[in-house]
Amino acid sequence: MAKRIDVSGLNCYYGKFLAVADVSVEIEPRTVTAFIGPSGCGKSTVLRTLNRMHEVIPGARVEGKVMLDGEDIYGSAVDPVNVRRTIGMVFQRPNPFPTMSIYDNVAAGLRLSGVRGRGQLDEVVEKSLRGANLWNEVKDRLKKPGAGLSGGQQQRLCIARAIAVEPQVLLMDEPCSALDPISTLAIEDLIGKLKERYTIVIVTHNMQQAARVSDRTAFFNLPAFGEPGQLVEYDDTTKIFSNPGNPKTEEYITGRFG
Amino acid sequence: MATTLETSRQQPQTLAGRRLPTWSLPALAAGIVLLSLGLFAVTGLAGVADFVVFVLLAYLVLQTAISFSVEGRRQAVNRLFSAFVYGCFGLAALPLVLVLWYTVKKGLGVMSVKFLTVSMFRVNPDKPGGGIYHAIIGTVEQALLATLIAAPLGVLAAVYLVEYGGRRPFARAVSFFVDVMTGVPSIVAGLFIYAFWILALGFQKSGFAGALALFILMLPVVIRSTEEMLKLVPNELREASYALGVPKWRTILRIVLPTAMAGIVTGITLGVARIMGETAPLLLLVGTNSRIQTNPFAGQDAQRLQEALPTYIFEQFRDAVGNPDSPAAQRAWGAALTLIILIMLLTGLARLIARFARVRG
Amino acid sequence: MSGPTISAATTPSPEPLPDVSDISGSAVRPGDRVFRGVSITAGALVLIVMVAIAAFLIYRTIPALQKDTGNFFTTKVWLPEEARPLFGIAALLFHTLVTAILAMIFAVPVALGIALFITYYAPRRISQGLGYLVDLLAAVPSVIYGLWGIFFLAPHMGGLTLFLDRWVPIPLFNYRLTNAPNNLSDFTAGIVLAIMILPIISSISREVFRQVPRDQVEAALAIGATRWEMIRTAVLPFGRSGVVSASILGLGRALGETLAVAIILAPAYTISFHVTEAGGITFASNIALKYSEASDIGIDALLASGLCLFVITLLVNFSAQLLIRRRKEA
Repeated sequence: MAKRIDVSGLNCYYGKFLAVADVSVEIEPRTVTAFIGPSGCGKSTVLRTLNRMHEVIPGARVEGKVMLDGEDIYGSAVDPVNVRRTIGMVFQRPNPFPTMSIYDNVAAGLRLSGVRGRGQLDEVVEKSLRGANLWNEVKDRLKKPGAGLSGGQQQRLCIARAIAVEPQVLLMDEPCSALDPISTLAIEDLIGKLKERYTIVIVTHNMQQAARVSDRTAFFNLPAFGEPGQLVEYDDTTKIFSNPGNPKTEEYITGRFG
Repeated sequence: MATTLETSRQQPQTLAGRRLPTWSLPALAAGIVLLSLGLFAVTGLAGVADFVVFVLLAYLVLQTAISFSVEGRRQAVNRLFSAFVYGCFGLAALPLVLVLWYTVKKGLGVMSVKFLTVSMFRVNPDKPGGGIYHAIIGTVEQALLATLIAAPLGVLAAVYLVEYGGRRPFARAVSFFVDVMTGVPSIVAGLFIYAFWILALGFQKSGFAGALALFILMLPVVIRSTEEMLKLVPNELREASYALGVPKWRTILRIVLPTAMAGIVTGITLGVARIMGETAPLLLLVGTNSRIQTNPFAGQDAQRLQEALPTYIFEQFRDAVGNPDSPAAQRAWGAALTLIILIMLLTGLARLIARFARVRG
Repeated sequence: MSGPTISAATTPSPEPLPDVSDISGSAVRPGDRVFRGVSITAGALVLIVMVAIAAFLIYRTIPALQKDTGNFFTTKVWLPEEARPLFGIAALLFHTLVTAILAMIFAVPVALGIALFITYYAPRRISQGLGYLVDLLAAVPSVIYGLWGIFFLAPHMGGLTLFLDRWVPIPLFNYRLTNAPNNLSDFTAGIVLAIMILPIISSISREVFRQVPRDQVEAALAIGATRWEMIRTAVLPFGRSGVVSASILGLGRALGETLAVAIILAPAYTISFHVTEAGGITFASNIALKYSEASDIGIDALLASGLCLFVITLLVNFSAQLLIRRRKEA
């Protein structure tokens, strides 16, 4: 069910500027992969190319291949809308739709694809909220506005919204950086549970978090200012954090820079 | 777990949706145009407007149908909305082009150096000849007068709002009514000055009375734009000055205002561009006159009031008595063209000043 | 009324700019005191002028109403110069509202479409230029719109009005053959008014749409929304109150428009719902047309109608500004 992602020779451009060069990774289904690296190294950029959100920025484009179970998501016949339904995303700052209730937020994606039946919607909303570990906290106030929740709850609401459309992959762009430690822990537990159903890629600037939640880790770096970012090392998390192959990786995880 | 739900929703099995290739829609448009040309040639249908409407409707219907069958409902709706949005832009560009083109076309015929330099003195309204010199003078002088009053008062009021008033209730009330004042119809401003200046105070109609009404229309514009400019001046500038012991009023006069000056001038220029086209108050307060009058304060007893371009246009229109080809109508278009050029020049000047200021920093 | 004028008057600013009025302490020095006094007076001038407008119009309205032999609100004709003066605003009010409402019906959807086009469809580099283009519509004086309307538009409207009469089942669009369709009607005036108020509605809406947080736009796209669905989900709900206040401001402008209507609308002091038939009269056009031959009482009567127009536009602009301020607070 959950799919594998194969990236090969990915170059990310903003207009003429090459931001990230020659990235190749293979991500197994139902694993958690962490992208780590110093600020500005391009890890978020690469993440956003995986669900074709990168091209939303005017002038931004991509070269190379991103294969989802063998199908190139940048193929000429591919509709980006379909890609984004299959590969969901959770953002750094929780962004529930402010004019909608909790229920409507979760149901938003479904309604767009034409699901109207009340019973169906109810079922999926409950399932998604349970899946995001939020059901018990909000089941009595589904009609209340989504913006009235705490930061951690809002982020879980965004996760529920993302999984309600039944994606195969979940991309998370520093999902905990705007949250307090307790909410962060709650989200990390949730990631552990979500990986049973989804392939997850998470960008994080918190190395301990990467060590806690991920199976494999990719370390990105900027070789020098003005040069494009690159993928330095990609391996099992335990190996990256105990015995990294590349000296730059070791410098980063021991805190000597970044 | 919930497999029934998954199969009932439109989960795409592959990502490749059926998409219309990029060449298809322009090809559709071209095809429709050609077919319609043929259709119109063969049948009795005629008329540019009819053709355009027919082509647009046909394209919309066909595009939606084709997209619906190939790409599905959601994309079809998306494309339809895109077409609507592009169409709206066309709907705005169209009248602009039509109005400007028509004005130029009709006005160019009567334009000449002579037209710009003579008045209507001793010219028979039914015969060709005459010019707009007197009207140009009137417009320029009245606009200048209005600006002379509105600019300092407006800037001072904006200074009050930004530098002194802040969030105090009085300042908020003033700010509120500045915005409300922007919406006062020009004819009401004219009526007010008529009731005040002419009926109550007993003065006569004159170019100055018209300028007073124009001042009311210009004031809120100047206040608002000056306010925005003053707010853009960085606080650090003021604080640096106070730290040197410079009193507040000097700071405003010597530091804040000069920094914001380019933007303020832009705002004033745009205000002038606006009032140059105002006719209604001038009809009431100044009226018409065929001769040159350079004194805006001269009253109607002197039989020599100061006509302005907009009132000239309206007067010539009335002389034309509905005949679009009469000499009066042509003069009206010539004056209209002149007025539009003046306004465009002013607007362009304002933008130039704004850009120049931005470059300097 | 173009560019900064429109947006400066009514745009909600993204964040409250710092209040600098409290800096540097009190106005103890004489220079400060004088300057402060002068600028307060300038500010107070705005309030004074608004009150004065109301006061002077009321002052002349009272004698006019006293001399009116009919009911000012229900009389349709305008004959203040008769031995028994008879005048009323019924027809004026009717056509003022009809033309303004027609203008709104045409202008609001198109203005929204333009605003969305410039903010979400057009390439970023030319979007500012496109904005200037639309604002150019506001630079054309109303008297020129009037000329264009009567000499160009009205003669070309025949096909459209015929089509509406024959094919659209709403009785609104029927016209009786007794009224030769020269199209000097509320409908034509409404179209020209719509063109005139298009820039103000679209300019404010543009500002509002530009301020939709990027977060929201991306959230909608990330759950697989098409561009239209993203606009429906994230942009329109966000911009709703801003668009409403923009439209109300446009309405205010349409209500007070004088010369274009005075030139296009053939005067007729009647009330009829057949909007494509020629004939009508608004507050503003009545004043413009009747003014030159009015006697003293005639002028007072016009001033009375001017007071009505002032009150109406005041109410409209008041509500728009309250709406804008409430949105700024939120």
